[in-house]
Amino acid sequence: MSILGNRVMRTEDPKFLTVGGRYLDDLDIPGAAYVTYVRSTMAHARLAAVDASEAAGAPGVVAVFTGADVDLEPLAPAIVMLNQAVRTPFLARDTVRYVGEPIVAIVSETRAQGMDAAELVFVDYEPLPAVVDMEAALTDETVLHAEAGTNLILDMQFGRSDDLFEGCDVVVTQRILNQRVAPCPMEVRAAAATWEDGRLVHYACTQMPHGVKETLGQVYGLEPAQVRVVAPDVGGGFGAKGANYTEELMVGWLSKQVGRPVRWVETRSESMVGLGHGRGQIQDAELGGTRDGKVLAYRLTVIQDSGAYGWFGGVLPFMTRTMLSGVYDIPKAEFNSQSVMTNTTPTVAYRGAGRPEATAAIERMMEMYAAEIGMDPAEVRRKNLVTSDRFPFTTVVGTEYDAGNYERALELVLEASDYAGLRAEQQRRRDAGGPKQLGIGGSIYVEITNYGGSGEFGSLEVLPDGSAEVRTGTSPHGQGHETAWAMLASEQTGIPIDRIKVVHGDTDLVPTGGGTAGSRSAQAGGVAVHQAAVQVVDKAKQLAADLLEANPDDLVLDKVDGRFHVAGTPSAGKSWSELAAAAGSAGDGGDTGLKAMVDFKPPTATFPFGAHICVAEVDTETGKVTVERLIAVDDAGTIINPLLADGQIHGGLAQGVAQALLEEVRYDDDGNPVTANLADYAFISAAELPSFETVRMETPTPVNELGVKGIGESGTVGSTPAVQNAVVDALAHLGVRHVDMPATPERVWRAIADASA
Amino acid sequence: MTVNGTKQEHDVEPRTLLVQYIRQEAGLTGTNIGCDTSSCGACTLLVDGESVKSCTMLAAQADGADITTIEGLAKDGVMHPMQQAFHENHALQCGYCTPGMVMASISLLKEHPNPSEAEVREGLEGNLCRCTGYHNIVKAVLAAAGGAGQKSTAGSAS
Repeated sequence: MSILGNRVMRTEDPKFLTVGGRYLDDLDIPGAAYVTYVRSTMAHARLAAVDASEAAGAPGVVAVFTGADVDLEPLAPAIVMLNQAVRTPFLARDTVRYVGEPIVAIVSETRAQGMDAAELVFVDYEPLPAVVDMEAALTDETVLHAEAGTNLILDMQFGRSDDLFEGCDVVVTQRILNQRVAPCPMEVRAAAATWEDGRLVHYACTQMPHGVKETLGQVYGLEPAQVRVVAPDVGGGFGAKGANYTEELMVGWLSKQVGRPVRWVETRSESMVGLGHGRGQIQDAELGGTRDGKVLAYRLTVIQDSGAYGWFGGVLPFMTRTMLSGVYDIPKAEFNSQSVMTNTTPTVAYRGAGRPEATAAIERMMEMYAAEIGMDPAEVRRKNLVTSDRFPFTTVVGTEYDAGNYERALELVLEASDYAGLRAEQQRRRDAGGPKQLGIGGSIYVEITNYGGSGEFGSLEVLPDGSAEVRTGTSPHGQGHETAWAMLASEQTGIPIDRIKVVHGDTDLVPTGGGTAGSRSAQAGGVAVHQAAVQVVDKAKQLAADLLEANPDDLVLDKVDGRFHVAGTPSAGKSWSELAAAAGSAGDGGDTGLKAMVDFKPPTATFPFGAHICVAEVDTETGKVTVERLIAVDDAGTIINPLLADGQIHGGLAQGVAQALLEEVRYDDDGNPVTANLADYAFISAAELPSFETVRMETPTPVNELGVKGIGESGTVGSTPAVQNAVVDALAHLGVRHVDMPATPERVWRAIADASA
Repeated sequence: MTVNGTKQEHDVEPRTLLVQYIRQEAGLTGTNIGCDTSSCGACTLLVDGESVKSCTMLAAQADGADITTIEGLAKDGVMHPMQQAFHENHALQCGYCTPGMVMASISLLKEHPNPSEAEVREGLEGNLCRCTGYHNIVKAVLAAAGGAGQKSTAGSAS
């Protein structure tokens, strides 16, 4: 009786539902003082003076620090591709470069006292010109970092040929904005740190506890053994909590200065300017092909907003290029990008990290091309798909896709949506000429998960009471790994999942880990756990054979009873309990016991895919868009738990709709954030979404023995262009050929007005 | 005030919000803070049986009130029907919005014992979630409502 593939309810739930999770701000840290950061209110300015003297004397204030006090080396960009001269200081010294940049740290007895004291800090700003527009930043008229000498933090020029579109009957071109968004996990950033016998113990609200540990080691000059990082329950991350933020990293330094634990939690308003932003690309797209629908060439030129420093965002175009041609077999393609710094919050990875941008561009252009040649977009797509007989397939930019069946995904989504019926309804409404028109937008996507084939640690130990413990280097923050990894271990051992504990997030308990990001966990961490379980069953069998004086080949594992016994002689057997006791299992992470530890390294990344259709009703009088239906066909290979997989898809779909219709981080020309709290930022709610229609396909990947790919970001990759395309499609008969995201009522109304002018 | 059936008394600064009182003085950290503009609903709990975003109330305003938080729902280890529905329908992922979402949902059913999907979605407009896309939350609330004509205690917190 296999547990895999079943909709198993989460073992995590009871705690979260009855007492709530234990998030960082919930932790009891006796004696901890609080840190409050004073942040820049100017987008670009020299700090002529920072006077924190009054704050230092305020009630409850323990200590106050400015940039000059902090003797920690500013952080170099984590990715070596980025200009390493661009350093992020822990507290701004002479210059501030974005609204929200930390300038002063106030340590106080209570949080309220810290906030009161913060208002007493006086900062004398000498304004500098603020550069918010990416193209203006590229002129280098105002350079943000003198050490870099330019605002260009990553230049990727792969070539531009004059004859790329030779032979094309039709070339469609469009400047597309893939706007900056705010990741907005429901839990904002938080951190705490203390020193115990010379060891730094750091509590991190992170997706990557081992990554934080490594960074802390570098920042503080500590050996790995001197650092412990603990991630408690984390309230969402979406990529943005994979970055290392100076406010968090320096809590240990503050703790050392004041001789007691220090803890921090930001407000949402701080988070809106302090947590890294997502996306932020200007795309110039050109697609050429024949009049009968064959795409011959594609060029994408990207300007990426890095924000004021070099965090992860600058390298997003690298991922965009990796997935440039999407699901299509395009003979010729070119990509060039420039990542530029602006006086805005730096950008980081956000659900899809460069891949939704790639898909949004090619899928927008495919529909534009279809409209240009007067062909149904589904037909045009079908004509250009990489067919299922061609895998592994190397794309025109050199990316090797593992396995896929794009034609089938397209078939399924057309069927599930009743495509012909939708087109008929659309035509009926067009003929009737009423204000509420229907748009049908599609996308077929492929995306890369576990880029680089990163490896993962997994261990399983069976204990003398018959229960088991898994240790994993993944770091779930909502994904349900405790259930999923328990299922993988249960599948091999037969031990029920409620008797399998899954340990994660503590670097003292788990030796290494890559964390949870980039949709890597199941194909790296899950496989590691699976392999550990297989090894434990084998070890148990060997041990049972010794104890029973039998041949291991004659033994079978009765998974229901949890006993190894001689085939045909159930009475002669040993239970998991007995074997664990015999093996000396102590559950202490030591070497003895009925356990296996695996460091699994997959050979490569994997490529989930799918096809989405959005049915949108557009009120042509008000510009309001309502998503009536969102039909998503997704294939992430073998599915461990469809309940969890659907949950990941749903979350991704919602974020796709959010970007397509509602959300946008906006700055005014002076670099002041305009959408810096949840009242101003159009965070999508339940009222703006329909229930989704999800269809599952499972094309196992040959890359790992479970056949699993990643799924966490797929929903967003596929749905964003489907929704945008639906809006344009609804207005196509009015002469509209493109609407940028977010397709707010104003944008839609203007598009209609401009087309009729 | 009475919190989950237990009377308690504390002196607090006048500016203390109810959510801060619950988390700090009452020590019940299940209720979360997700924003500073009363937009997100993570702080939703019941004050005298009615759902309230506890960041919009001063603790002093709740003097004498009867408060129910997420910790006060389950009885003798048995989950409240709404908690059970959330569990069965995978209506939570990271869990941060969950206590507020559950409390708001209970209140929603109290006012609309048999809501349509649209009514559920509108009713939960003030409770933001980033993980689930709301799909399973809506499913859970409709399941807790028990469908047309079925009696359910899912709208009651007692």
